[in-house]
Amino acid sequence: MSMTVGVFRPGTTVLHRLPVGAKLLGLAVLSVAIVVVRGPVSSVAFLAAAVVLALVGRLDLALVARSLRTVLVLALVVALLQWWLFSLDRAVESLLDLVSLALLALTLTVTTAVTDTLDAVVRWLGPLRRLGVDPERVALTIGLAVQALPGTLALAQETRDAARARGLERSPRAYLTPFVIRVVARAHETGDALKARGIGD
Amino acid sequence: MPSRSSWGRRRTVAELRFEGAEVRVETSDGGERTILSPTTLTLTERRIGVIGGNGSGKSTLARLLNGLVEPTAGRVLVDGVDVARHGAAVRRKVGFTFTDPAAQLVMPTCVEDVELSLRRTVKDRVRRRALAHETLARFGLAERADVSVHALSGGQRQLLALAGVLATEPDVLVCDEPTTLLDLRNTRMVGDLLLSLPQQLVLVSHDLDLVRRCDRVLVVEDGRVRFDGAAEDAVDDYVASVAGRTGPA
Repeated sequence: MSMTVGVFRPGTTVLHRLPVGAKLLGLAVLSVAIVVVRGPVSSVAFLAAAVVLALVGRLDLALVARSLRTVLVLALVVALLQWWLFSLDRAVESLLDLVSLALLALTLTVTTAVTDTLDAVVRWLGPLRRLGVDPERVALTIGLAVQALPGTLALAQETRDAARARGLERSPRAYLTPFVIRVVARAHETGDALKARGIGD
Repeated sequence: MPSRSSWGRRRTVAELRFEGAEVRVETSDGGERTILSPTTLTLTERRIGVIGGNGSGKSTLARLLNGLVEPTAGRVLVDGVDVARHGAAVRRKVGFTFTDPAAQLVMPTCVEDVELSLRRTVKDRVRRRALAHETLARFGLAERADVSVHALSGGQRQLLALAGVLATEPDVLVCDEPTTLLDLRNTRMVGDLLLSLPQQLVLVSHDLDLVRRCDRVLVVEDGRVRFDGAAEDAVDDYVASVAGRTGPA
C-alpha cells in the first residue's frame, strides 16, 4: 500500500496549468456523466477518456497501478455482485465506471496542489463571509479530508504490521480495533497540531 | 525571491509567567486528578529545559504556554498576555512542536505543509510558495519540497515540523520531546539546530546532554516543579531522584 497515493506531483502539463475550478468542474461533469449515461459502450468510452487525461497529466504508471489496486479489488467485488444479481453487461459497466471515477480523481489530485485548491475554495466562498461562513476554515476542512487518505493508509499499514508481528494477521479484531483507535487519536493530534500552529484561530 | 532578513536575528526574550497555574482532569470514576499542582514561576531565560519522568506533568506545563491546555485555576501569561483569554494572539508569538512530527504534518507534501503555516500571514500565493521553499532550504529540505510528508525519515519529519512552525517566525518555541523518536545522528542534528535558533526556547526532553546546554532547567515530578535552577544542578537532582525510585513510572 502506497503512502504517496494521490499526492500532488509538480509538472508543467496542460492539466497542471489549468485553473483548479476548471479541473473540479470537469471532474464533476464527467462523474455525473459516468453515473447517468448507462451501457458498457459508454463505460468503455469514459474509461478511455480517463486514461487519456491521465496520460496528458503524465501520471506515473507505477503510481496508477499502486493507487488503483485497492479500488480494483472493491470494483471486482461489486461487479461480481452485479453479475450475480443482474447481468454481465451491468457488471462490466460497474467495474469500468468505478475504475474511471478513481482514475479521474487520482489525475486531479496528482496534478493539483492542495494549497491551490484551498486558495480556490477561499476565493469562491468569499461572498459567504457576510453570512458568517469562514472560507479559510471550510477550505482547510476540505484540504484535511484530501490529505487524510495517505495518512490513514500509513496508519493502516503500521497497524497491520503490528498485528502480524504478534501473529494475529488472521484476526480482524486485532487489526480493526487498534486501527480505529489510532485514526481517532490521530484526528485529536491533528486538531492539537492545527491549534498549536494557530491555524483556524 | 522574497528574503527573510529577520531570520537569524536574535530576538527579545519573552516573559513566561505561571501564576498559580493548576491543571486538574476528571477521572472515569467521577473524581479529579491533579496533572499539575499550582505552579508559580517566571521564565525569562533564552534556553529553558524541562525534565522529568513519563507522566510527571512536564508536557502539560509546556502545553499551557501555547494554550493547548488551559489551566483549571490560576493564569499563564506570555509577555503579560493571558494565554487562556487571548490564545490566538499568544499562538502567533509562541510556536509549538510535538514529540511525533507525523501528527503535526497535515498537508500531503513538504512545501504544502509549510505553506499552510504561512496562509495566515502571507495572502499572496506566489510569495507564499516562494517563502515556503526558502524555509525548506534553510532546514536542508529543499530537495524534498515535493515529496510526501509520509515518505520522509524521522529526522527529516522533525525538521519539517520545525520548519512549519518557524516559517511564521514566532518569538518563542516550545518543543515537547523533539528528539525522543530520533536516532543519535538526528538527535544531535536537531538538538544543535534548536539551540542555535534565535528564538527563546522551552525544551521538554529526556535527553540530559541536550538539557545541560540550557540556561535554566525545571525538574517536574508528580505534577509539581521539584527543582528549578542551573542545568547541571537540575540534571544531578533528577538523576538522584530517579536513583531513589524503582519500577516504571
